[in-house]
Amino acid sequence: MTVDVRRSPLAELAGELAAVGGPGSVRFAERPFRVQVELRAAADAPVSRLYEALALMLPRGVGYVASTGDRDALCLAPRWWLVTQSPEPAPVLESALAGRLRTAGGAAVSAVDVSAQRTTIDVTGPNARDVLAHGCSVDLHPRAFGPGRCTQTALAKAQVVLQQLDRAPTFRVLVRASFARYLAEWLLDAATEYVG
Amino acid sequence: MLYIPCPWCGPRDETEFRYGGEAGVAYPADPDAVDDAAWSEYLFVRSNPKGWFEERWVHTSGCRRWFTVRRHTVSYEIRDPRPIGEST
Amino acid sequence: MTRLTSGGDRVDRSRPVTVTFDGADYPAYAGDTLASALLANGVRTVARGIYTGRPRGVFGIGAEEPNAFVQVESGTGEPMLPATLVEVYDGLRARSVAGKGRLSDVPDNARYDHKTAHCELVVVGGGMDGLRIAAEAAGRGERVVVCESSRVLAATLQEQDDVLLLNRTTVVGQYDHGYVVAVERRTDHLPDAPETVARQRLWHVRAGRVVDTTKGMEHPYAFPDNDRPGVMLAGAAAEYVTWYGVLPGRVAVVASGNDDALRAALVLADAGVALGAVLDTRPEVPAGLADGLRGLGVDVRTGHAVCGTDADSDGAVVAAHVAPVDEHGRGTAEPQLIRCDLVAVSRAWGPPPWSGQQVRTPGGASTTVGVPSVIRVPDGDGDAAGRTFVDLHRDATLADVERAVRVGMTHPEHVKRYTTIGTGADQGRTANPVMLGVLAELTGRPTAELEPTTSRPPAVPVSFALLAGRDRGRLADPERVTPMHPWHVAHGLPFEDVGQWRRPWYAPRGDEDMDEAVRRECRAVRTGVGTMDASTLGKIELQGRDVGAFLDRIYTNLFSTLKVGRIKYGVMCHADGMVFDDGTTARLSEDRWLMSTTTGNAAAVLDWLEEWLFTEWPELDVRCTSVTDHWATVAIAGPRSRDVVAALAPDLDLGAEAFPFMTFREATVAGLPARVFRISFSGELAYEVNVPAWYGLALWERVLEAGKPYGITVYGTETMHVLRAEKGFPIVGQDTDGTVTPQDLGMSWAVSKRKSFVGKRSYGREENLRDDRKQLVGLVADGDRVVPEGAQLVVAPGGVPPVPMAGHVTSGYWSTALEQPFALALLERGSERHGERLYAVDDGEAVAVTVTAPVCYDPEGARRDG
Ligand SMILES: [Zn+2]
Repeated sequence: MTVDVRRSPLAELAGELAAVGGPGSVRFAERPFRVQVELRAAADAPVSRLYEALALMLPRGVGYVASTGDRDALCLAPRWWLVTQSPEPAPVLESALAGRLRTAGGAAVSAVDVSAQRTTIDVTGPNARDVLAHGCSVDLHPRAFGPGRCTQTALAKAQVVLQQLDRAPTFRVLVRASFARYLAEWLLDAATEYVG
Repeated sequence: MLYIPCPWCGPRDETEFRYGGEAGVAYPADPDAVDDAAWSEYLFVRSNPKGWFEERWVHTSGCRRWFTVRRHTVSYEIRDPRPIGEST
Repeated sequence: MTRLTSGGDRVDRSRPVTVTFDGADYPAYAGDTLASALLANGVRTVARGIYTGRPRGVFGIGAEEPNAFVQVESGTGEPMLPATLVEVYDGLRARSVAGKGRLSDVPDNARYDHKTAHCELVVVGGGMDGLRIAAEAAGRGERVVVCESSRVLAATLQEQDDVLLLNRTTVVGQYDHGYVVAVERRTDHLPDAPETVARQRLWHVRAGRVVDTTKGMEHPYAFPDNDRPGVMLAGAAAEYVTWYGVLPGRVAVVASGNDDALRAALVLADAGVALGAVLDTRPEVPAGLADGLRGLGVDVRTGHAVCGTDADSDGAVVAAHVAPVDEHGRGTAEPQLIRCDLVAVSRAWGPPPWSGQQVRTPGGASTTVGVPSVIRVPDGDGDAAGRTFVDLHRDATLADVERAVRVGMTHPEHVKRYTTIGTGADQGRTANPVMLGVLAELTGRPTAELEPTTSRPPAVPVSFALLAGRDRGRLADPERVTPMHPWHVAHGLPFEDVGQWRRPWYAPRGDEDMDEAVRRECRAVRTGVGTMDASTLGKIELQGRDVGAFLDRIYTNLFSTLKVGRIKYGVMCHADGMVFDDGTTARLSEDRWLMSTTTGNAAAVLDWLEEWLFTEWPELDVRCTSVTDHWATVAIAGPRSRDVVAALAPDLDLGAEAFPFMTFREATVAGLPARVFRISFSGELAYEVNVPAWYGLALWERVLEAGKPYGITVYGTETMHVLRAEKGFPIVGQDTDGTVTPQDLGMSWAVSKRKSFVGKRSYGREENLRDDRKQLVGLVADGDRVVPEGAQLVVAPGGVPPVPMAGHVTSGYWSTALEQPFALALLERGSERHGERLYAVDDGEAVAVTVTAPVCYDPEGARRDG
């Protein structure tokens, strides 16, 4: 197996997403194949044991993100995190990160590789917040949300994980693979007014 | 549309939640030990007061956690969201 | 022309425009409404009564307008809008409406959208007061949204961060917890609306609080022939002068019951309207106002009212009948005729109509108690003198209310439904107070004791297109697709919607129809090998030390003893004992399990599992992770499936003993990392290959390539259904409906007697012990006709209704294995009735069927073992 035959759920739309908009309005970029691992810990789990495998402390506050390099740990709920990082190259049944975390966490921690469960779309630019406000009811105003924050919510009619990366602002939208085409088409439509 | 205070995520639109009915209706510890009438009561009968009501919600589109609130069934005022079954 | 040479703070005289109404062109100014433009051009008749066909003119100035409905024909077009809310633009084209407009038969291609905003304060109304309140709040650091219905916002507040100033925006609803919904009309005033801009936007605002600064609602009183063009609310008449610089008439009779109407008379007089008389029903009015009018030479008469009108040949007012009245509104002397072209009427002012709350509006403010709601001529009933209209929009009269009371309707809600008063697009803003006053009089009760009818949002009509927003066409509902979807599309497979999923239905070759394709696909799986995209099945990974114990409580059968590497079929029931879902669960390792659910139930099953874990059994160490979208699944089924999998996974030992039924293996399949499950939903030897979803398309293409020598055949959901039905495998939600127990399905073998599980207690309930419960059976039909699902089963054809129904068909197909039609059905006492002859009634025709066991193909299960 030498050829990478992975295909992103947005393979057919990535070009269109990338072509739309500009720095003065809003831009989209799919970040395909990012490694994603869902961590869930039992009440008595020693999650600090994961520090070495992660090189970061898991955030305790629901809706907060801890980051190191390109690795983010999003706290989605009490004792539930989504860890994401850059793609791994080789075709494997399970990402190396998931295996490492399961080993480190022991019986009281679940580490499930969900890398192909969701794909990632970054939405950035002065109108990014406007585009999201067409389909998301969460208060994303700087005083209520910001870099280092995340949440699960609905965007249009898709359930998403939403993460703010910077003050551009850039929002990272993680959407389930089966909903990705729908959501990308929705984003393109919602951006119409801003990109001309 | 109600604005429901999730104990973990803060207030969110009602559409992010699923209703869990009356709070405090426990699954009998030993279902075989209760008679038919009590079992039917557990399955089908809930109180429906005019006024304050203890009820459960689950934040399905968000943190997916269960919690209880007091909701006034006339004014829809919601108070005192509390986690179920786990500590924060 | 009745446009003043100056004045009108809402119009821009530097921007003249031309509008077309009923085919004639009229000059107007930007900022005019169609109503003010028509008044400025002396157009008096704008519409006609919905039932009476009587001519009607402009009566109000805003959303209260009951008369002047028009069909907008230019731009996107709208079937029925009050002319008072239509902002003009150059080229606006509209037509009068007789009660109802016509929906356009061309598609509406305009864009509509929704947007969310969060703020501490919503200010309704963008006048001086509203903007002062907004500025104060903004100064405290609050986020503010200002909604102004008209084009004009008072120019006292700068655009700034955290202040959203919305003009042409009407608050249409206020709901619980500060939820405010407003309609922004963004391009309706533009002759050439840009295609990329949403024509209208529905704002969803969460507000800490709402301040309504809009003015109150003006209420008229009713009198005979009060519907004629030229009769108008007095406050509206004055505002046409101050807002638009338009004279609503040349000679006016003001019919007042409150001080504001006297002030309106002064405005009209100031602007040059001759006042034929100013009448006030009250015996006394404030001296200052009366003296002010008399000082202008105006004939001011207290204790007087208008009690009728005369019309010209077009039906518009040319004179008012004026008479002294008592406190009940009865004329006490012969009416006198006063020539005029405007009757400006105002009984009282009520609360603002704009707020969009669901409220019962009070009948009238306390200051107006004693002012009658209807005026009657001396010695006569209303209709002899001329019809007295209570609801101009609905063409409902005083006589209608009297008739309602005569037949026993006394509550306002009953009168509303009997007469239709208040049910129009204007929500009866000008009609409801009159109706309440009349009802109070007729029933001898004070108005305050009458419970007003309920006003409900939306405060003004909202189009369905706007409510839909961008949820139209392809975006109407998410289409969930699998990684193999591009292949299915490229090969022209028809799709079946399963929940939000789009699943290939069948895979026709050449010009095959569905029946031909499905029969070919079924034969291929039974005799060779077929493959289908099974990625949509729900998948949940469960981890923790107590998963086995948890599954024992959730499934009807025992799981905790399942060995690592093995798979088991399970049935899940609600606490009432009814089947809720089914599927297989594999034990991946000591404390990792992978559950599959039906396609449609994946989310509901995860919710169900977590509900028990979080609310009832927090002591169990079980953690659930949805992995439905992470895995792509290719099912390979049929006697030759082993050959295909062998070609794809040469390193995998596929021997019946090395890799038995209901086990799984991790392997490299087609060069891809995979889990291979030996499970079967068709009754044939079969494998399901799972790979991370982004390899799904590659796997699919390689399976087809490797299967070529074996004639591998793509099949869809229809063939899957036929094959499973031949095996008697029920589909939850098709063969069950929430009233079916596992025992009813003949699955007592899957119901443990030894352990406790959710639903078990209910099997002891009387209802579930009845001996006439419906049970799953098979049916074999005589002849070639497939019995459709939903067909009712009867013991004898024909018969006198009501014919007892013994059960119904839940699935019906042509079986290639039996070479005849067969079906699954739920039948009373079905398990005892195998062999019995019944009739399935399809579209009035009775088809003879024979009851069989549900499993009609390979009951020993020899084939799936290969
Ligand atoms: Zn939450």
